[in-house]
Amino acid sequence: MNGTTPAPETMKSATELVVERPGEFARENYLSIHRGVRAWLLTKDHKRIGLLYLGTILIFFLIASVAAALMRIELLTPQPKLVTSETYNKLFTIHGVLMVWFFLIPSIPTVLGNFVLPMMIGARDVAFPKLNLMSWYIFVAGGALALWSLIRGGVDTGWTFYTPYSTTYANTHVISMAAGVFVAGFSTIVTGINFIVTTHKMRAPGLTWFRLPLFVWSLYATSLIMVLATPVLAITLALISVERFWGVGIFDPKLGGDPVLFQHLFWFYSHPAVYIMILPGMGVISELITCFSRKRIYGYAWVGSASMAIAILGFMVWGHHMFVSSQSVYAGMIFSILSFLVAVPSGIKVFNWTATLHKGSIHFATPMLYALGFIGLFTIGGLTGLFLAALAVDVHVHDTYFVIAHFHYIMVGGMVMAFMGGLHYWWPKISGRLYPEFAGKLAAMITFIGFNLTFFPQFILGYLGQPRRYHIYPPEFQIFHVLSTAGASVLGIGYLMPLIYFIWSWRRGRAAGPNPWRATGLEWQTSSPPPEHNFEQTPIVTGPPYSYSAEKDVDLNLASI
Amino acid sequence: MEEVVQPKVYVRTCIALLVLLAVTWSIGYINLGPFNLIVALAVSIAKAIVIALFFMHIKGSSRILHLAAVAGVIWLLIMISLTLGDYISRGWVPLNH
Ligand SMILES: [Cu+2]
Repeated sequence: MNGTTPAPETMKSATELVVERPGEFARENYLSIHRGVRAWLLTKDHKRIGLLYLGTILIFFLIASVAAALMRIELLTPQPKLVTSETYNKLFTIHGVLMVWFFLIPSIPTVLGNFVLPMMIGARDVAFPKLNLMSWYIFVAGGALALWSLIRGGVDTGWTFYTPYSTTYANTHVISMAAGVFVAGFSTIVTGINFIVTTHKMRAPGLTWFRLPLFVWSLYATSLIMVLATPVLAITLALISVERFWGVGIFDPKLGGDPVLFQHLFWFYSHPAVYIMILPGMGVISELITCFSRKRIYGYAWVGSASMAIAILGFMVWGHHMFVSSQSVYAGMIFSILSFLVAVPSGIKVFNWTATLHKGSIHFATPMLYALGFIGLFTIGGLTGLFLAALAVDVHVHDTYFVIAHFHYIMVGGMVMAFMGGLHYWWPKISGRLYPEFAGKLAAMITFIGFNLTFFPQFILGYLGQPRRYHIYPPEFQIFHVLSTAGASVLGIGYLMPLIYFIWSWRRGRAAGPNPWRATGLEWQTSSPPPEHNFEQTPIVTGPPYSYSAEKDVDLNLASI
Repeated sequence: MEEVVQPKVYVRTCIALLVLLAVTWSIGYINLGPFNLIVALAVSIAKAIVIALFFMHIKGSSRILHLAAVAGVIWLLIMISLTLGDYISRGWVPLNH
C-alpha cells in the first residue's frame, strides 16, 4: 500500500496532522502493520474487525440478493416458469433470513459502528476488544449453520418461522436454520454489550453525553435493544426446536399449545429488531446531513432523545403484526395506538434533518445524495407504516405486497441507503483514499431510481389484493410485477457500481488526507487510514458536536477523478 | 471492579439451585390443584433471583449494574403484561352476534 507521497518517519499529533498534511496517505496505519491472514484472524483492532464483518455480511447480502433475483425473474409471468412452489417458498425464506439476521441487523453496527464508534469518542478501541473478535467468530458460526441448512435443502417456513407449520408440518431444515439464527443472536448481544460499555467508559476527556455525535447516541439506543430483545428471540427459537424435536406442546394446538403465543414472542423481538435495523441508519444520516449542509444539527437533544424514545416505545408495539391473528380486539387497539405514538419520535427526526438543511450550504456529494434519498424513502416507508397500524386498513392490506413494499422502503430505502451513504462517507477514513465522485453520484441516483421502480408498484399490487409469498397470480397484475423486476435489475447495477469502484479506489484512489470532508467528528482528527490505536494523543473535547460554519467556498474534495 | 467472589459462594448457589430443582420435581407428583402452577412459578422466580444475585454477582455490584438488572425485569414485565392483555381480553367480545 504505497502512498502517493511518502509520510515522514515519525507521526505528529492529531491536530497538527489536520493542519499540516492535507491530502496525504498515512503510510504507517492499521492496515500496514501486522500483515498476513493470521494477523487478521487474531486481530483485536476494532477497525479490522469492522472490515472482517464487512466482508462477511457482503457474502450473505450476495446470496440473499441472488434469491431475490430468482424470485423477481419467476414473477415476470403469472404462471410458474422457473421454479416450483416448494422452491419459491425456500427462496423467500432464504432471502428473508439472510437479509434480516446476516445482513441488515449486523450491517451498520458491526461494520461502521465497529470502525468509527471508538474513534468518534476518542478511544483507542472498544471496551472489550477480545469479546469484539469473539462476536465475529460467533457470527460466522451462525452463518455457517444457516448456509449448511441451505445446502441441505433449505427451509420453507418464511423468515418468521410461524407455528404450528414450522414445528409440526414443515419437512425442511427448520432446526438447523433456527440454530444458525440463535447462534448469530449471541454475536448481536455481545456487540450490544460491548458498545454500551464502550460508550459509558471510554469517552475522551471533555466528551460529555450531550457532546456525543448523534451516531453514537443511535448506536447506544440500538445496543440497548440488542441486549434486551435478542434473548427473547433465542428463547423462542429454542422453544420451536423443543416442540419440533421432542413434541412438547408449546405452540401447536394439537399438542395443547398456542400458536398465537409464538407470534407474541417472535414479534416481541422482531419489531424492536426493525429498530435495530433502522436506528443506526438514522444516526448515520444525522452525521451526513450536518457535514454536507455545513450546519449544526437542528435540535440536537431532540434527535438524540428521539433515538432513546424509539428504542423504548418500539418494545410496546409488536401486536400490530397480529391484528388478524385472533388477537383480542382490545389488545389490537392498544397496539394500534402505541404504534401511532412511535411515529412521533421518527417524525421529529425527519423534521429536524429537514430543518438542518434550511439555509445550509448544501453540497450534493455522494453521501449527501444517499442521505437525501433516505429522508424521502424513509418518510414514505414510515407513513405507509401508519396505514398498517390502523386496525381496519390492516385487515385489507395484511399479508399483501403493500406490507412488502412498506418494509422494503424502511429496510432498503432507509437502512441500505444509510449504510451506503455511511460507507461512502467513511470510506476515505477506512481506506485512506477517495472514490471517484462522479461514479459515486451516478450509483446513488441509479440506486434511488431502481429502488422506487422496484417497490412502488408493489404498493399498488398490494392494495389491489396480491398476497405475499405466492408465485402464481392473476394476469392483470403482470404489469406491476414486470415493472418491479425491471426496477430490481436497475437496483442491482446501483449496488454493483460501488463494489467495483471501491475495490478500484482501495489501491488506486486519490489519497484522501485526514479530513477530506472538513468534518468535525473526532474520527477525522487523525490520519487516514488511522494508526493502529487511532490517535497519537488522546484528544480532548472542549465543545459541542457539529460546530460547522457556513463558509461558502470550503473544498470538500468533490472534484471528480 | 468489585470484591472477588469466593468459590464457596458458587458451591452454595449450586446447592440452592439443586434443592429448588428437587422441589420443582417433587411437586410434579403432588396434586395441589391450581397451586401446582403457582408453586412452580414461585420456585422458578427464586431460582432466577439466586442466579442473578450470586452467580451473576449483582449483589454487591455497582448501582448501574443494578439498574441494568432491573431494566431486564421491567422488560420482562412489559412482555408478559401486554401478552396477557391479549389473552385476558379475548372473551370480552362475543364471536357470534
Ligand atoms: Cu412491527
